[in-house]
Amino acid sequence: MRHEIGLGIGPATFRIGSAWRAPLDALARLYAAYPPVDLSRRVPDFTVRLQPTRPWRRLIRPSIFIAGDHWLPEAAPMALEHGLLAAEMGMNLQMALGWRRHVLLHASSVERDGKAIIITGESGSGKSTLAAMLGERGWRLMGDEFALLDPVSGAVFPFPRLISLKNQAIDIATAGIASERLGPLMAATAKGDIRHLVPRADAIARMKEPATPALLLFPQYGPAADRRPVDPGEAFVRLTQASTNYVALGEAGFRALTRFVTQVPAVALDYPDSATVFAAIDDLWSRIG
Amino acid sequence: MSAALLVAVLLEPGEALRLDARHWTGLLAAARGERLIGTLAAKLDGLDVPPDVAAILADARLDNLRERRQALWEVDRALAALAPLDCPVVLLKGSAFIAAGLLAGQGRAIGDLDILVPRERLDEVEAALLSAGWEWVKPDPYDDIYYRRWMHELPPLIHHDRDRMIDVHHTILPLTARPRPDAAAMIADAVPLEGGGAVLRIDDMLCHAAAHLLADGDMAGGLRNLWDIHCLILEHGEAPNFWLALDRRARQHGLTGPMRRAVRLSHRIFGTEAPAAWLKGAVFDALFEARLLTRNDWGLEERPFLRLAFYIRSHWLRMPPLMLARHLWTKWRKGYRPVGP
Repeated sequence: MRHEIGLGIGPATFRIGSAWRAPLDALARLYAAYPPVDLSRRVPDFTVRLQPTRPWRRLIRPSIFIAGDHWLPEAAPMALEHGLLAAEMGMNLQMALGWRRHVLLHASSVERDGKAIIITGESGSGKSTLAAMLGERGWRLMGDEFALLDPVSGAVFPFPRLISLKNQAIDIATAGIASERLGPLMAATAKGDIRHLVPRADAIARMKEPATPALLLFPQYGPAADRRPVDPGEAFVRLTQASTNYVALGEAGFRALTRFVTQVPAVALDYPDSATVFAAIDDLWSRIG
Repeated sequence: MSAALLVAVLLEPGEALRLDARHWTGLLAAARGERLIGTLAAKLDGLDVPPDVAAILADARLDNLRERRQALWEVDRALAALAPLDCPVVLLKGSAFIAAGLLAGQGRAIGDLDILVPRERLDEVEAALLSAGWEWVKPDPYDDIYYRRWMHELPPLIHHDRDRMIDVHHTILPLTARPRPDAAAMIADAVPLEGGGAVLRIDDMLCHAAAHLLADGDMAGGLRNLWDIHCLILEHGEAPNFWLALDRRARQHGLTGPMRRAVRLSHRIFGTEAPAAWLKGAVFDALFEARLLTRNDWGLEERPFLRLAFYIRSHWLRMPPLMLARHLWTKWRKGYRPVGP
C-alpha cells in the first residue's frame, strides 16, 4: 500500500492502507483530535485496505475495493471521491466481522452521569441522528454505530468514530456546527448522501470510559408519536439481530445479553419529529434518576 | 516477505519474540490472509508476546474453540441427516482433522463441511440433505449443470437455519481432470470414527491434500493446505512402511506427480523430513514455492503474473483445451475476472 495511517477509536486500533492519498488526508483531518496510533510502536487490531478494483484502476477511472483482514468478496466498488466513506466502511467491517472483546451491538449510545442510553433499530430509524443531536445537547456521545457491551462487567464501552449522517439528517443534525467538524458532502453514494461529523471534544477525550446501561430505546422515525415498553424477551431477540458477533461469542454473548435485557428497561418510541423524541427521552430519563 | 516470516514463526514460535511492531503487524496480516491466524495463535499460546498482540491472539484462540465446536456440530447434523440411508460418509479436510483429533486440526479454519460418499448413493444423499434443511446456493443454471456433469462434488448446499455450507463429494478431483483417483478404494479403506462417520486413511488423506493443492485449483490459500500436509507427515511419517504405502497409494490414484511435489514443497518450505528418493526431480518447484509465498505484510498477494499463470494452469489441469476455451468464454461474458484485487 502506498499510503497508510494509524487510527484508534475507543478500544480498537486500525491500520488503514490506501492506493490513493486523498482518502487518508480526509481521515487525518477529521481524526486529528483523536489520540494518534504510532504504527512503528503499536500493533493495530485490524488492517483495512483501500485498493484498486483492478491494477490499472488506481489511475484510470479510479475505483476503490474495500478489503482488509476481513472483507466481503461481493463488496461493491466505490468512487475515489467517496474514499472517506470507503475507509469508514472498511473499519466498520473489521469491527462487525472481527471484534471479539465485547458483544457488538449495532446501536448508538449516549451517556450522562455514568449511565448510558442505548439506541438501536433498523437503518433509517434515526439512531445515528438522534445520538448526534443528543451529543450536542449535554450528553456525551459514545458512538453512532456500535455499542460495545462488556461480557464481564456488563458496562457499555464507547466507539465514537465519525458520525455518519445521511440524506435529510445532514441538514438537521449539522445546523449551527462549525465547518471544521464536518467532512465533505459525499453525494449519491450507495447509501445516499453522506456527511461525517466529528464528535465533540469530550466524546473523544473520554472514548475509553465505559458507562452503565440504563435505558434501551427502539426508535422509529415517521409514524405518529407513540411509546410502549418492550419486554425482555423481545428486546433479547432484537438485540441478537442487532449484534454481528453474538453467535461468535457463544455462551459469553448469551450471558451478557441476558443480563442486559433483564437489567435495562426497554422502550419503543415512534416519533414524527425531533422535538417529540427529545421530550420523550427527557421524560423517560427523569424516571430512571 | 511476510508469508516467509509466517512460515518461520509457525516452525519456530520463539522467533516471534524478537519481532518489532511492524513485523508483528505484517505477520498477523499475512496469517489472516492465508487463513492461518488460528494455527499461529495456537502455536504462540503461552509465549510472552506484547500486550496488543496478546489480545489479538486471544481473540483468534476463542475463534478456534468456536470453529471447532461448530465444525463438530455440522458433522453431527450431517451424520444425523444421513443416518437412515446406511451409507458410508467420509469426512474430508478440516472437519476430518478435527474429528480425528489430528495435529493438522489445531487452530485450523474450517468454513465448509466436506464429505465423501459413494457416487451411486449421491441422489439419495442429496435428497436426505435437502429434506433436512440444506438448500442450493448456486442460482446460476450454467454452474449447476457444470457441477453435475463435470465436477467431483454436488453444487454447494447451505443450511437455512445455521448458514453453514456442505460440499458433497463423490471423488476428490473433477471428472475432467486427467488423474482418476480410486474413490471407491478410499471409501472402502476409510477409518471409522467412534462417534459415527469415518475419515480417510492417512495415505489417502495425504493424496487428497496433494490433489487439492496441486492438481486442482490455482493454489490461492495453498500455504494452509501445505501446512496440513506438513502436519500429517510430521504426525505419521515415522510409522513403519509409511513412505512405501504412500507411494503405492498415490500410484493407485494416479497422483504420483502431485504427491511427490507436495512432499518436496513441504520439505522446501516447512523442512518436512522425507526419504532422499522423494526429494529428487525438483524442476519448477521454485515457481510453486514462490506462488505459495506471495502474501505481503498488508495481507495482499503480490506477483500478479505468477498468480495468473497458476490460474491458467489450474484450468489446464482441470479440463481439455476446447472445453476450457468454452468455459472461460462463458464465465467472461458473465463478468467473472480471474485475478481479483
